[in-house]
Amino acid sequence: MAVRVVEHNVVVFRRLWRGYIMVSFFTPLFFLASMGLGLGSLVNRGSGGVGGVPYIDYLAPGLLAATTMQAAAFECMYPILAKILWDRIYDAMLATRLSVRDVIAGEVAWVALRMLMVATIFWVVMAAFGVAHTFESLLVIPAAALNGLAFATPIMAFTATQRNDNAFSTIFRFVITPLYLLGGAFFPISSLPGALQAVAWATPLAHGVELCRGLVLGDLVPAQAVLHLTVLLAYAIAGVVFVRPLLTKRLLK
Amino acid sequence: MTDSIASPPISARNLVKRFGDLVAVDGIDFEVAAGEAFGFLGPNGAGKTSTMRMIACVSPVTSGRLTVFGKDPEVYGAEIRGRLGVVPQADNLDLELTVRENLIMYARYFDLAWSEGRKRADELLEFVQLDERAKDKVDDLSGGMKRRLTIARALINQPDLLLLDEPTTGLDPQARHLVWERLYRLKQRGVTLALTTHYMDEAEQLCDRLVVMDKAKIAAEGTPRELIAKYSTKEVLELRFPADEQPAIDGRLDGLADRVELLPDRVLLYTSDGEEAAAAVHRRGLRPESSLVRRGTLEDVFLRLTGRSLID
Amino acid sequence: MSVRTLRIPTRSVRMIERNAMAFRHNWMVIFSGFVEPVLYLLGIGFGIGSLVRTIPIGDGHTVSYAVFVAPALMASSAMNGAIYESTFNLFYKLRYARTFEAVISTPVGVEDATLGEVMWAIGRGSLYSVGFVIVMLALGLVASPWAILAVPASILVGFAFAALGAALTTFVRQWQDLDIIQLALQPMFLFSATFFPVTVYPPALRLLVEWTPLYRGIDLVRGLTTGGVGPGLLGDVAYLAVMGLIGVTIAALRLRSRLLK
Repeated sequence: MAVRVVEHNVVVFRRLWRGYIMVSFFTPLFFLASMGLGLGSLVNRGSGGVGGVPYIDYLAPGLLAATTMQAAAFECMYPILAKILWDRIYDAMLATRLSVRDVIAGEVAWVALRMLMVATIFWVVMAAFGVAHTFESLLVIPAAALNGLAFATPIMAFTATQRNDNAFSTIFRFVITPLYLLGGAFFPISSLPGALQAVAWATPLAHGVELCRGLVLGDLVPAQAVLHLTVLLAYAIAGVVFVRPLLTKRLLK
Repeated sequence: MTDSIASPPISARNLVKRFGDLVAVDGIDFEVAAGEAFGFLGPNGAGKTSTMRMIACVSPVTSGRLTVFGKDPEVYGAEIRGRLGVVPQADNLDLELTVRENLIMYARYFDLAWSEGRKRADELLEFVQLDERAKDKVDDLSGGMKRRLTIARALINQPDLLLLDEPTTGLDPQARHLVWERLYRLKQRGVTLALTTHYMDEAEQLCDRLVVMDKAKIAAEGTPRELIAKYSTKEVLELRFPADEQPAIDGRLDGLADRVELLPDRVLLYTSDGEEAAAAVHRRGLRPESSLVRRGTLEDVFLRLTGRSLID
Repeated sequence: MSVRTLRIPTRSVRMIERNAMAFRHNWMVIFSGFVEPVLYLLGIGFGIGSLVRTIPIGDGHTVSYAVFVAPALMASSAMNGAIYESTFNLFYKLRYARTFEAVISTPVGVEDATLGEVMWAIGRGSLYSVGFVIVMLALGLVASPWAILAVPASILVGFAFAALGAALTTFVRQWQDLDIIQLALQPMFLFSATFFPVTVYPPALRLLVEWTPLYRGIDLVRGLTTGGVGPGLLGDVAYLAVMGLIGVTIAALRLRSRLLK
């Protein structure tokens, strides 16, 4: 039955897809051109790249993970709250044979699909910049999508408790954007002050970035890969565990 | 206040408003005297709102002459607006402010001191019975409450002239009566009112004098009583026949009343004695499903003038 | 449109009062806008800066990367603060909440409201600039006493973009159109010599970039904070002032014909 929830999203998406695709395409294009090539040329001249690779190769996979984080966070804030509160789509859905469980399964599946789309487009841009050139680098697409999910489900649980959208911009400013800029995508976490390093490693993004980077650069250590995957899955599953009682309480009262 | 005695609050001569090819107001003349409640009655699209917007100095006159407090809105817009209170058709309250802040801020737009604004806001909230909602966000108010707040807002500058565009459209009967009652009190205090409406009961309740507008022109002018006397009759007999018999009625009621109107769902007989007409209908062997005798209203005036109903 | 008497829009102050009153309910949103440029400064300026080391700035001497990037972020934050107000918030007031409609039926005229909105947007941009310059001082990123003029320079940047945003917003029909404005701002932010000098570009591209407004703003503020002061900065000032004046005129004229119809 959760398929119905996905179908609903597909129908809505069909009206807006051009804008989404534009954003998913141009944002990585602009960032890779500016930061990867422009700023990268200075980095390559100053320190010969990062860890022996040109800066754009270092940046691109990290930026991919940061991008799915951002997109997943957005998807699980405004659209979900709209369906709970403003458009009351969930109330309408629950009046049919759908259950809260179906709603959650459907939304999670939809976010996963969206993240796969975002990551695929990103991969294409990356390939155009000559960063992703191996067949194995395609694995970065599901990895980045999982990174997105690790943010999606906890945020969905948070959204289920919200009465208006005030908190969302605060979360973006104080959680998502700091992670985006400082969380390992642009420069090594090891150059952060010690305390912040620990914070960074406690978030899913650091693991998502490392996983994506390892897959694209082809230097992934299996033991580390397992650790990164475990952390990402743990966040995603924990989010689902929390979202169920919270959304049930919200919708069936 | 001096010039409002010397010259009428509103005076229009051959007033025209065009939007491209569309003629919204087509050469109308009217004058509103100080202290009176003046109505524009007519269906949607008759040109009422366009007229109101010109008076409110937010819509340039295409041609003709319009003065408000004896002044040209084109030149003295800000000065005139300073003496007006405006209640627009759709509420445009400030959604980012609370109920009370809406009033205080509006007072500032009229250059009133903050302290004066706060004082008047509190008085007006009491006047429109919203004092208990002062700290709420506007969005949480019901439709009737929003309307009352809009009216309170229009009074913050103690206007000499209050413009009301469809003040009670969309309100439930109870909320409408509350609005009417407040407007009636304002009228008693001597505030000049100009209002548009497509409700004949509203026009009859509130207006000393009114114009009937249709298709951008004024069809008639007078007090409600005069208009009814001139274009209707004292009483009206309303008959309803079974739907299949209605077409066969045509012609069979001739001579029973001053005038007979066949409407899709009922027949109106204009007469000075409704009971007598009802009896006469019976004597002709006609058996309506229902018959009702009522007073002539502005609705009948409008029907007579335009051949159409006010609300379709 | 007929001829109207010219009047100095003194009641524009009312619009600022109104926005300040609304802002009290929502101060966190505006305040937190200050955080983003600071994060860029920390992440890009210092994080990547440690990889870049130094940047040559024109007249032979070099500065640390953070010193190079900080003024660009200062100008960008003035732009962002101003343009967000004059696009999203202005559109909301114009189309959705019809705040303007209510305002202009009082003695406050369209010119007052337009100028008030632009001034408020400049104010928001300036708030971010002042906050940012304090952070720069604290981090030792100010290299010249000319930096005292960086704040008025940022206000000028805010004016230019507030006016541009307001003018563009009068053409906007739906929310989605605003995304296009956002989409145009992003490349401007990324390519206007913000993160690397224009010398990186091929000559033709460089010429193009040098004609974009944010580049002018960044060039001006950077010149002041790094001490690279020359007559070229006057060109930047003229460019931004003209852009602002044109923008505000278009906005006022278009709003007048739209609201007073």
